[in-house]
Amino acid sequence: MSIMAAPGVKIGLEIHCQLTSLKTKLFCGCSSDYRDREPNTLVCPVCLGIPGALPVVNGKAVECAVMAALALNCGVSGRMFFFRKNYFYPDMPKNFQISQYDRAGGVPLAVNGYLHIEVGKKRKKIQISRVHLEEDPGKLVHLGSIDQSPYTLVDYNRAGIALLEVVTEPDLRSPREARVFLQRLRSILEHLGVFDGGLEGAMRCDANISLAGGTRVEVKNISSFKEVERALSFEIMRQKDLVEKGLAVERETRHWDEARRLTITLRTKEEEQDYRYFPEPDLVPIVITRDFVESARAKMPELPEARMKRFVEEYGLPGYDAGVLVGEKALADFFEDCVKLYHEPKEVSNWMMSDLLRCLYENNLELPESKITPAHLVEMIRLIEEGVISGKIGKRVLPEMVLTGRRPHRIVEERGLVKITSRKMLEETVERVFAENPKAVEDALMDEKTVHFLVGQLMKATGGKADPQLANQIILERLKEVMKKKQGK
Amino acid sequence: MPSLWELTARETVEKIKTGETTAEECVLSIFERIRQVEGRVHAFVTLMEKEALEKARAVDEKVSKGKPLGKLAGVAVAVKDNICIRGTRTTCSSQMLENFVPPYDATVVEKIKGEDAVIIGKTNMDEFAMGSSTETSHFGPTHNPWNPSTVPGGSSGGSGAAVAAGEAVLALGSDTGGSIRCPASYCSVVGLKPTYGLVSRYGLIAYANSLEQIGPFAKSVYDCALFLDVIAGHDSRDNTSVKVPLKDHTEFLKEDVEGLKVGVPKEFFGEGVSEEVEKCVWNVVYQLEELGAFRGEVSLPSLEYALPAYYVIAMSEASSNLARYDGLRYGYRIGRDEKDWSTVYSKNRRVGFGDEVRRRIILGTYALSAGYYNKYYLKALKVRTLIRRDFEAAFKKFDVLVGPTMPIPPFKIGEKIQDPLALYMCDIDTVPANLAGLPAVSVPCGLLGVLPVGMQIIAPPFREDLILQVGYAFEQSTTYKDRRPPLG
Repeated sequence: MSIMAAPGVKIGLEIHCQLTSLKTKLFCGCSSDYRDREPNTLVCPVCLGIPGALPVVNGKAVECAVMAALALNCGVSGRMFFFRKNYFYPDMPKNFQISQYDRAGGVPLAVNGYLHIEVGKKRKKIQISRVHLEEDPGKLVHLGSIDQSPYTLVDYNRAGIALLEVVTEPDLRSPREARVFLQRLRSILEHLGVFDGGLEGAMRCDANISLAGGTRVEVKNISSFKEVERALSFEIMRQKDLVEKGLAVERETRHWDEARRLTITLRTKEEEQDYRYFPEPDLVPIVITRDFVESARAKMPELPEARMKRFVEEYGLPGYDAGVLVGEKALADFFEDCVKLYHEPKEVSNWMMSDLLRCLYENNLELPESKITPAHLVEMIRLIEEGVISGKIGKRVLPEMVLTGRRPHRIVEERGLVKITSRKMLEETVERVFAENPKAVEDALMDEKTVHFLVGQLMKATGGKADPQLANQIILERLKEVMKKKQGK
Repeated sequence: MPSLWELTARETVEKIKTGETTAEECVLSIFERIRQVEGRVHAFVTLMEKEALEKARAVDEKVSKGKPLGKLAGVAVAVKDNICIRGTRTTCSSQMLENFVPPYDATVVEKIKGEDAVIIGKTNMDEFAMGSSTETSHFGPTHNPWNPSTVPGGSSGGSGAAVAAGEAVLALGSDTGGSIRCPASYCSVVGLKPTYGLVSRYGLIAYANSLEQIGPFAKSVYDCALFLDVIAGHDSRDNTSVKVPLKDHTEFLKEDVEGLKVGVPKEFFGEGVSEEVEKCVWNVVYQLEELGAFRGEVSLPSLEYALPAYYVIAMSEASSNLARYDGLRYGYRIGRDEKDWSTVYSKNRRVGFGDEVRRRIILGTYALSAGYYNKYYLKALKVRTLIRRDFEAAFKKFDVLVGPTMPIPPFKIGEKIQDPLALYMCDIDTVPANLAGLPAVSVPCGLLGVLPVGMQIIAPPFREDLILQVGYAFEQSTTYKDRRPPLG
């Protein structure tokens, strides 16, 4: 039975996105550019939790979070409180995390939002219960799997990075929907300019899953879009299997083991932590005025929904194409950069939607990680338009452009891929193809529809470089000659 | 001629400026005094003689080159051992931080260094500032210079005793529930807890963040005002520090209190306040009347709940603040070979912390836990609001409130340490100012034989000028500031 058919699946997500546009951490002036840096070098008394050091809120982070909350259609609170979430763990220098809380007198930064997602042809509203700011813990480094590593190393460079937490209601009905939601969220945050989802570990998520009103299980440690679908599918199957066997689904927290692609028990209900939330006494409540919210709103750039609409109206793209392109900010930007250079939006979109996306997918690359530039793609399209190369060669050149970043005309020249437009050259090749494929020639004489086989053979013989129109023309001429000869006999 | 160590800060700066003496001579005199009495007092955890003499010589060089001098030029300052000094171990009198060397200076330390003060050492305290007698120190108790068999008060007992004994001219303390005022009272010196937010807490190792402030100890009210002005001021590194216009508090000191309305809260004389103390404080009130003040009684009914509310809040915050001491990054560490981190943490914390600290962590953890939070922590916050309102109402009628600092005179070392509740009861008159965030000063107002008594003056937020003015007027009308403990 397919996973999609599992009855009454309810999924809620708790997503943590680093506000990667910030230059510094949430509560101190340390650089937030921690990737590929020497461990424990981007630290100070504050983010190391050295006794006596005090946190100070990064005002820019509050603005970014407010913009995100507005983009997610949330109501922004007038006052913002930080709370301490107390628990012992080696990745936390203070053994508490400065976060926000919606109970015990606390108010999250923003509540009651929603996002629309499109899955298949259906448009669904996913409710967002809250959005808040908190600090990222440090990073634990293990040798191989957490179970078998002989040691745990701690890198506090990540400790104190600003995290945006987004919590949804359990409105998602399938792993696919969860993935689409995450992609939509990412695109929105990227459009806001507060987040770069291409960075490793920038977006992480926990999920709670229940079947047919049954017990809710929480799955932690999901690190990417691909993983979310895998982890949720596994968990749904696991629960379904238990139900079918008449066993109970335990209320527990499970850990997604990426390497083994399964979930394992992290802690049971009895072991649930008591976080002893209480207001962070070192940070006074921040008053978020109407003016502040409105000025944040005024700074907000065009968001995916509006951009999609514009792509349809301004560029005449089909809604589907617009949806795919705007689904990733980098794609949409790339598209518009191309269109600026070459005003055939549909042509650009076709190349991106089919060949470029496939090539990225096959090479497991995100567009920003690839080497291709809008100028190069446009150059390639122009080479085709001008008849220098065939469309087929275009498809062959593109992957090299993606992987090496070389200009298409250089690739075409060096590899001798320029279209063969010389009649003499093609006539010689056609001669050879006819000689080598007498049977096919006979067939073509009987039924003109089978000519394509000969065209194909010609293309093969020329490495795809033959000008298709001219090739077709020469083959038909040659067939006529053959026919005449036959009749002449 | 008094010895150099006997001088006030004001006199020291003056004599150094005029060339009558040098900073080096002053500091040498202080260390001479320390060698003479420290064995009997035990005010210090760490002495910084080498650094102090270097700094003193640097000050003298400034003098000889005619460079402008700081407000505390050449003044020997002792710093409570929960305030970070870069490169000098800062222990909180705990085994947990026995070898902890901070990589940075607290804001107040930067400020006093900037005013050419000479830091001479780190003073003893109750472990992590949890106590009122300086008996919970990992390094052993400090003795009251007035009577070495009694406690100097706490938790800043080392700072109070150092100033009283002439081992320092000024000292920094911290006051979470009376930790400056209590030892000031017991050692017969002036000690002030500033308005919450007036002095930066950056670099103060937290016990209960929402309650505590760093503040000055001094031999005189004038010195106290001078020292306060150096450490006060907004600090962008402390989110709870407040932007207020800075005053020169020494300017408000005059010898009368003409027309000032002095309120006496009856709750300050409740159960447990000794008759002798009560008498001393009433004498102060009458004396202030003599000096032109108007006197009246007032009631702050919610003070009845101040002590339990204070302990719930303080312990709750402490349970979280002290969570970082796990031995992983710094501090006390045993059990390196344990397989899992939770066992290592447990071992380090069980051995590294003393009994009182562990007691407060456990109680605070309990008060914050699910199901008890509303009953304890949230209720304590509500009491806090009520107390603040009671004070606001009282300050509509009175400029300052006056009462005893401590309900009883200094008690014997060992007398109460086995009875935590009896010890907690000693804070009954000091915790209200912390809960309400108000400025309060303790000024010497009596000697019962060799047992000092202090009076407490409380004012509305940021009215340190008022409490200093009242304190100064009273001080000038008595001889307590000239009395010295019988140390020889």
